[in-house]
Amino acid sequence: MTNRHSVRFLLAASVAAFVASSASAQEAPAFRIGIVTFLSGAAAGPFGIPAKNAADLFAEAANKGALPAPYAAKGFGGRAIELVTIDEAGGATKQVSEFQNLVEQQKVDAVVGYISSGDCVAVAPAAEQMKKLLLLFDCGTPRIFEEGSYKYVFRPVGHAAMDNVAAAIYVNATNKDFKKYAGINQNYAWGQDSWNDFEATLKAIRPQAVVVSSQMPKLGAGQYNAEISAILAAEPEVLHSSFWGGDLEGLVLQGAPRNLFKTMNVVLTAGETATHRQAQQIPDGTIIGARGPNAIFAPENAYNTWLRAAYSAKFNALPSYPSYHMVQSLLALKFAYEKAKGGDTNKAPTTDEIAGALRGTTFEGPSGTVKMSLGGGQQAIQGTAYGRTKLVDGKTTVVDVRRFAAEEVNPPDGVKTSEWIKTLKVK
Amino acid sequence: MNAARFFALIAILGVAVACVGYAFPAINFLLAVALSKGLAVLGLVMMMRAGLVSFGQGLFYAIGGYTAGILSHLYKVHEASLLIGAAVLLSTGLALVVSFLIARYRDIFFAMLTLALSMILYGLLVKSAALGGTDGFNVKSITFLGMPIGGTARYSSLLVVLGFALGGIVASYVYSRTAFGRLAEGLKENEIRVEYLGASADLIVRISYVGSAVLAAIGGALAGILVGHVDPEMAFWATSGEFVVIAVLGGSASLITPFAAALVLEFVRSYATQYAPNTWQLVLGVIIFALILFLPAGLAGLHKRRKHAKTTVGA
Repeated sequence: MTNRHSVRFLLAASVAAFVASSASAQEAPAFRIGIVTFLSGAAAGPFGIPAKNAADLFAEAANKGALPAPYAAKGFGGRAIELVTIDEAGGATKQVSEFQNLVEQQKVDAVVGYISSGDCVAVAPAAEQMKKLLLLFDCGTPRIFEEGSYKYVFRPVGHAAMDNVAAAIYVNATNKDFKKYAGINQNYAWGQDSWNDFEATLKAIRPQAVVVSSQMPKLGAGQYNAEISAILAAEPEVLHSSFWGGDLEGLVLQGAPRNLFKTMNVVLTAGETATHRQAQQIPDGTIIGARGPNAIFAPENAYNTWLRAAYSAKFNALPSYPSYHMVQSLLALKFAYEKAKGGDTNKAPTTDEIAGALRGTTFEGPSGTVKMSLGGGQQAIQGTAYGRTKLVDGKTTVVDVRRFAAEEVNPPDGVKTSEWIKTLKVK
Repeated sequence: MNAARFFALIAILGVAVACVGYAFPAINFLLAVALSKGLAVLGLVMMMRAGLVSFGQGLFYAIGGYTAGILSHLYKVHEASLLIGAAVLLSTGLALVVSFLIARYRDIFFAMLTLALSMILYGLLVKSAALGGTDGFNVKSITFLGMPIGGTARYSSLLVVLGFALGGIVASYVYSRTAFGRLAEGLKENEIRVEYLGASADLIVRISYVGSAVLAAIGGALAGILVGHVDPEMAFWATSGEFVVIAVLGGSASLITPFAAALVLEFVRSYATQYAPNTWQLVLGVIIFALILFLPAGLAGLHKRRKHAKTTVGA
């Protein structure tokens, strides 16, 4: 009898489950978001994985309705969201192909991704032609919206120009009498562009200072002793570096014992990612940035409080700036979706409506206010911040923080970054 | 295989690919990219028949891509036939000059020298800020004889690439039946004998090198147009290495298997990326390893093996 009972119970339970599942199937299908970040290779550790973790965290919290107001609606305006994550490694051709697969085979409604500027340059036209929403979340090059015009491609985070312009203004303001500066940057587009912007800004605002050395080692070289010797011999007072990942760790480990960081002011534009694993090794007084007011530079607000608490609870580490970039981009998408939806509970906004809602808008995120004001409303501007590291109880903190207004470190809409930097004035 | 049967076979394959592409639009891009890579690999296979392995096929692949890219981006030439024509001319010229430098080297020395030359181009492109450095730049609004290709016009792009691939196969087939083509195989077996026949081994190497350069340049130009983007990665050693891997997978016995191997590799990579995002390199590696283990003569070995089985059964 008990057996027959349990069979009957199982039958009833499965019928109930079937009814329940068919009832939920009548709701709008989940909003599918393709997430593309490095899951393998050199950029996975410092950028890709923190970004992927942040995306997973966001999706979980959004579906539970656990995000702070005004993002408290479950999913996107009540509609559940689903992530499809793929690896960014493999080169631009593969990424264009995989973008098509995400859209056509995985049927995603929008894609949020791309850390490498090369991938962004390659994928943006593909998204535009396929009329699919693409939110670039981390790549830096300003060329995308300065050389092309887009309706479906957005970048809801600041571009790389402000990182180096602000770095130059910071060293110029905090070091009153330096005359010689140098750079060590990786020999690829990110390193070259970063150095060019930094040098051009200093040429404009501090014409009396001269470049004494510009080292361009290969990306991923790992050994920098020859470059460090060359820099030490040139005796600059300021050293600029846009190193990231293992290269940055290598520079810190090899430079610190040789007093590189004591004999000059070193400014690391992407230095924040190294403060997590390498807090003990980074000498006090190093000037670091976080590509926007992210991580240790993030302002006190509800979104930042949520992100720090939720990320630490789930991953047992503090979020670094790629996590902030990812959350900010997903918030932008949620914000635009809910804005396009308006008060209508049954409406599922189209891609054009979501793009229209995001274009030129202003929203709040864990790093403060974000204004979509460049490239015809497709590219965000934000303020940024720089400061000097100070080790307190084994953790990196920042002192002498200077915050920059968005307009101070970003060109106005329609003006190319390279042209705008030349117009900066001596202060 | 006699000529009539060979041409019938490639005609059937051509029609089959066109039909598959028409029936499954989702794979058109993958097919087209694989075929354009296949062209570069075909060039490599033609050299392998002469016993030479180039680790610098990316040099001409990048020359092709950048010729098409620069002409369309800076000089506003958007006609693919002109772009590809220019890529052919430029690669022929460069290959001719380079061939005098490398014609007397063989084996690993030849491989390393070709690798070095392609890395020189890579170094130059990485430094070229006006061309976007490592980020590369976009190749947009290209037409072929007035018909738009690249971007979302994926089926017409596939047909154009297919046409070039078939053309490449036919040209390689015709070449392999000329005196030089036959001597190339002799070169692999015994170079001294070839010289005793009165032929110049260096000349054969030079001709093979130029021919393979032209095929790679056409492949590179088509790939740039298809993807809508070129970057210095095309000249990087890893790209050349990928071509060598595809050539080994395909085997050098057939002119068709390089394309088949390129297709296999592209599809495996794409599906592994989608369904095993964290371990796609492992999946790809295991499959390549298995293919090399079980098909030491490449995909071309399948055909031979079947033939062999038939004769043993017959006997």
